[in-house]
Amino acid sequence: MSEIALEIKDLHVYYGSIHALKGISLVVPKGQIVTLIGANGAGKTTTLSAVAGLVRVQKGKVIFEGQDITNKPPHLVNRLGIALVPEGRRIFPNLTVYENLLMGAYNRKDKDGIKEDLEWIFQLFPRLKERLKQLGGTLSGGEQQMLAISRALMSRPRLLMMDEPSLGLAPILVSEVFEVIQKINREGTTILLIEQNALGALKVAHYGYVLETGTIVLEGPAQELLNNELVKKAYLGIA
Amino acid sequence: MERKLPKKLNFVLTLLFILFVAFLLYLANEKLDEYVLRVVRLIAIYGVMAVSLNLINGITGIFSLGHAGFILVGAYTSALLTLSPEQKMMSFIIEPIVPWLANVHTDFLTATLAGGALSALFAFLIGWPILRLSGDYLAIASLGFAEVIRIFALNAISITNGPLGLKGIPEYSNIWWCYGWLFVTVIFVASLVNSSYGRALKAIREDRVAAEVMGINVFKHQLISFVVGAFFAGVSGALYAHWLTTIDPRVTTLGPMLTFYVLIMIVLGGLGSISGSLIGAALFAILFEWLRDLEEPFVLFGMRVPGIKGMRTLVISVIFILVMIFWQRGIMGREELTWNNIYRWLKRRGESG
Repeated sequence: MSEIALEIKDLHVYYGSIHALKGISLVVPKGQIVTLIGANGAGKTTTLSAVAGLVRVQKGKVIFEGQDITNKPPHLVNRLGIALVPEGRRIFPNLTVYENLLMGAYNRKDKDGIKEDLEWIFQLFPRLKERLKQLGGTLSGGEQQMLAISRALMSRPRLLMMDEPSLGLAPILVSEVFEVIQKINREGTTILLIEQNALGALKVAHYGYVLETGTIVLEGPAQELLNNELVKKAYLGIA
Repeated sequence: MERKLPKKLNFVLTLLFILFVAFLLYLANEKLDEYVLRVVRLIAIYGVMAVSLNLINGITGIFSLGHAGFILVGAYTSALLTLSPEQKMMSFIIEPIVPWLANVHTDFLTATLAGGALSALFAFLIGWPILRLSGDYLAIASLGFAEVIRIFALNAISITNGPLGLKGIPEYSNIWWCYGWLFVTVIFVASLVNSSYGRALKAIREDRVAAEVMGINVFKHQLISFVVGAFFAGVSGALYAHWLTTIDPRVTTLGPMLTFYVLIMIVLGGLGSISGSLIGAALFAILFEWLRDLEEPFVLFGMRVPGIKGMRTLVISVIFILVMIFWQRGIMGREELTWNNIYRWLKRRGESG
């Protein structure tokens, strides 16, 4: 067993009287892509938000690289090395692409490292380089998603959490995004990926969890899940 | 394709512009009559108010309606410090002034700085609770706090002289003080906005949650912006008090009306634009003085129209509504008047023409 990057133990989250997460446990090993799939309202985004410190955890623990980060405020979670590509991209529309990228590196002081990472991002997404001076809000949906991913990468995270990066993208862009996810992972970043597009996610991931109304109903190596009858029926649309 | 002026040229142009404005102000000071000069000075005071509120509202996106509260703190603090002990003894007829204030007497600069500092302290204390709110709730809470400050000024008679207000404040706010402070305010706020810190403030305005997950301590950044804005609001209050020479805690002098006037200036000029705020402040000051004629009897198309009190506020409001409907972004939008932008604009015109 390799080293563990993130561990979630028996996590409970409530929105008022609604019990959104009913005791979720999962493990993200270092250097891997782990995916969390499930339908709308299953609690996928809530899980990520709980790790990022955006929603309050009532019970349970979130442990990152051996350190308890349960209910740490979001800006401190980021400083520890966790970056989030939020649902719906949430780029800064009235800042330029360049400024958006710099915001990702807000807590970094190493100017040379930032420059290096910018170059790396332009290799990943050459289109962003052409759009550098443009306002974020004027980009197309696909470009905004690339910007959101790049912005998160600019903090040079050890764990990258992505919330539905393929949502609302043209099919060709969807496969491009999944390719990039694999590329980022190969360069050493651990990834926790949330997807409704179960097929795409399971194809790139090492390990998967299936979430249903706040509980994990199934888990296993991604390849096994792809062949699982229940997953096939409910999420892949294969009878 | 890089359309940028060299840094040196930019600096020289800015320096020349400042000297040119200083020269114009010198001419104005020598040649213009007292009334016009008062309006010229008011433009600078409104400018400080507008730029400071723009930092809070337009750039950081905190929808604060409490600006008049901070202006009031600055106005009263500075006035109490520059009034002579004899003057204070004469003015406080309902209740004598508290002894620790009776004999303090400072110069104008110290008084202004004290006004700004106390205002900033108030913002720090108020900001702590209200910045945990957002949107409409924050607007209402800030309006409420500003009213609390005003009602305090109305009732703490042994400190503020209550409803009678402070009279005989020396008219220290000459053209150099007003424009000097405007210069300091603009330079300070502009360099703040253009730093990485200012970029974070704008990011918070754009998307608070995204800013948080980027590792920005949203609360701390908002609080600092709020406190800096309040400091300059306090400074503007000091200038305003020494321009008016009489201050009192009525709704129309240092109350919610003033907040709305400043809000009109920054929306008119463009939320988020410093140069827009200055244009908005100048337009408002000139328009508001000019519309004074409406409150005197005048002749329109051969008909005698009696002067109606409050008419100019009504007209300003109608203009404001029209601007909101047809020109939502204001005059400057979020753009700034910089040499680079002017150069780019000229070049584009040259290319197309």
